[in-house]
Amino acid sequence: MNGKKNKKKTNRLIMRSVILLLLIAAIGYTIYNSATADDVSLLEVGDDAPNFSLTDLDGNQHKLSDYRGQGVFLNFWGTWCEPCKEEMPAMDSQYGEYKDQGVQVLAVNIAQSDFEVQSFSDQFKLSFPIVIDKTKDVMTAYNIRPLPTTVLVNPEGKIERVVTGEMTEQDIKGYMEEIKPE
Amino acid sequence: MEKMQCTCGHINPPGTVLCEACGRSLTEKEQNSKLVDMRYEGTARRSQTYNKSIVDKIWNFFSSVKVGVSIIVALLVAAAIGTILPQEQYVTVPVRTDATIEAYYSDVYGSIGKVYYFLGFNDLYNSFWFIILVGMLAISLIIASLDRFVPLYRSLKNQRVLRHQSFMNKQRIYAEGPADADSMQKAEAKLKELKYKVSTDKNGLLAEKGRFSRWGPYVNHIGLIIFLFGVMLRMMPGFYVDETLWLREGETRAIPEAPGYTLENKGFEVENYTGEDGEEKFGEALDRVGTVAKNYQTDVVLYQKPEDALPGETNLEKVKEYPIRVNQPLKFDGYAVYQMDFKEDELKTMTFALTNKETEESLGNLTIDLINPEKEYTLDGGSVVKLLGYYPDFSGFEDGEPQTKTPLPNNPGFLIEMTTPETPQGETSFITIQNTVEPFGDNDYKLAFQSVETRDVSGLTIRKDRTLPILGLGGLIFMIGVAQGMYFNHRRFWIQQQADGGIILAGHTNKNWFGLKKDLDQVKEYASLPAYTDQQEEIEKLEKEEAELTP
Repeated sequence: MNGKKNKKKTNRLIMRSVILLLLIAAIGYTIYNSATADDVSLLEVGDDAPNFSLTDLDGNQHKLSDYRGQGVFLNFWGTWCEPCKEEMPAMDSQYGEYKDQGVQVLAVNIAQSDFEVQSFSDQFKLSFPIVIDKTKDVMTAYNIRPLPTTVLVNPEGKIERVVTGEMTEQDIKGYMEEIKPE
Repeated sequence: MEKMQCTCGHINPPGTVLCEACGRSLTEKEQNSKLVDMRYEGTARRSQTYNKSIVDKIWNFFSSVKVGVSIIVALLVAAAIGTILPQEQYVTVPVRTDATIEAYYSDVYGSIGKVYYFLGFNDLYNSFWFIILVGMLAISLIIASLDRFVPLYRSLKNQRVLRHQSFMNKQRIYAEGPADADSMQKAEAKLKELKYKVSTDKNGLLAEKGRFSRWGPYVNHIGLIIFLFGVMLRMMPGFYVDETLWLREGETRAIPEAPGYTLENKGFEVENYTGEDGEEKFGEALDRVGTVAKNYQTDVVLYQKPEDALPGETNLEKVKEYPIRVNQPLKFDGYAVYQMDFKEDELKTMTFALTNKETEESLGNLTIDLINPEKEYTLDGGSVVKLLGYYPDFSGFEDGEPQTKTPLPNNPGFLIEMTTPETPQGETSFITIQNTVEPFGDNDYKLAFQSVETRDVSGLTIRKDRTLPILGLGGLIFMIGVAQGMYFNHRRFWIQQQADGGIILAGHTNKNWFGLKKDLDQVKEYASLPAYTDQQEEIEKLEKEEAELTP
């Protein structure tokens, strides 16, 4: 009689625990999803960087996959964005340092006119290729919200780091060091 | 707590109010009251009975109706707060960052906006605490239902025909008195005719109808839980898309959250009722209220890229052309693109005349496309206007450099060099709307503003909702539950023939006592049963009389 009662009690405890755990897990999962939905949900460190193909100012095609084996410093920017402007010269000087060590810089402009981008590039005498994302297709694929955003792609084509906001020259150097091929 | 043994010998679980077998009152409170409390058939609400481990404590917390109602009230208040100022996704800022959105709230709504943003109400419905509240409501619904449904179901399934007299005479409808010898048989026949399910045991009968009405609230809760599950799915990637796309005339843009699809805006128009051409009948109304919109329309072209195409590639294939109008969205692949908003008259091109300042003589016109300006504009007479710098949204100088604050041509500024046959060395000028700066001294020539062309911006919303069928199912089950509980009644009669040939009778229903009495009147008539009283009414009448007697 007592044993039966205890068994019933244990069953009840298990039953209740299972139901509660299931419900709490469902809520936890929902919160997790909602919290990550606004972030760069498509971009997580360790994911494959989405491949893309864009044309630069000289009419050359740049495919991300062409740079497999090199680190790619992918910088999304616009001429109106103050911090973008600030970090461009630093990026250019570090590009000079790391270009020969297998780090490529690709600056992706967000849907501006050739004229604006060209005169910006001339003004700052930028040496890395600048591509224009005319339909915001790549921006959408990478889920870029604030500018500047820099996506660091390692030689294996995986995302190493996502940086939003302005970078100092020291930061840029460190990031290039991170994605430099061995 | 101890198990409770009734005088009839049946052992009831702790917390039981009315004996499961015979219906005798088990608690002192019940024994002293005139009517029995028939909620949940007097069974023990399971949660109240055990309160040992932490799991039991959590369980009991959520089982409480008071807690459930508190959660609902908290949710209502929170949801209402979320409507005081617009939520962040409906706020329009040129560049979306946390900082610009924060600035928007404080600029537009002042200190209230600041506090609102500080407390995180700008994205209230996605905040973790709001989701937790909804989740707690779901837990409360499930646990409170389980705790009540299981014992109620068992008790109704196992109910006995014969109940103790003390159970019967504490029912609201009660009768006792002499009856005919065949009264029991006649009552049974009549009750069956009235579609009651009748079961008999020795000297008694139990007639029951519409028991499923008692499951109404639980069916209703199942519907709610399915509904909440659907809402939860909306947060999962791929189930729900609600994005805004501002598309300018002539622009082609990737559709957010719809990989591979691109949309081009061929033109946007607003049409108003004119009161002419067959619209004369609206004339009076138009005079009264002014302009009334007839149509908002964006003519779009939808493109799709081949399956293996990469983002950024331009090999678009035309899928279809479609005029998007209010309530006539463009539909494709589970998505719908709606006309939601518009902004008219953004600058598109500006036309200038290259003019001699002294003679006012023009050397010809040039038109600058503000979306895609050219490097050089050559005029017929051999004059050249060279664009040195273009600042679509000029905001001032910084270190002598003109700045632009957005990529949109709201306040275009041009740094130009004009070369004419008369001034072959070139003259530099910085032009903004209604203002010209000549940095290197007086020029002979100027660009005189002639005209502008504008374009409209169409505000589109991209929707995809795979949870609609689930929400619909939840809603349907909810309504079935409501109908089940509202429009059907669970009616029961207990009739017993006593040793002296007299009859006692009790009746109970979960609602609509009038209907129960009508049934009983028919049975009483046919089977000549003793007259019944509505004890609830008796008690109320007594109380009223007492109240009148006491000054």
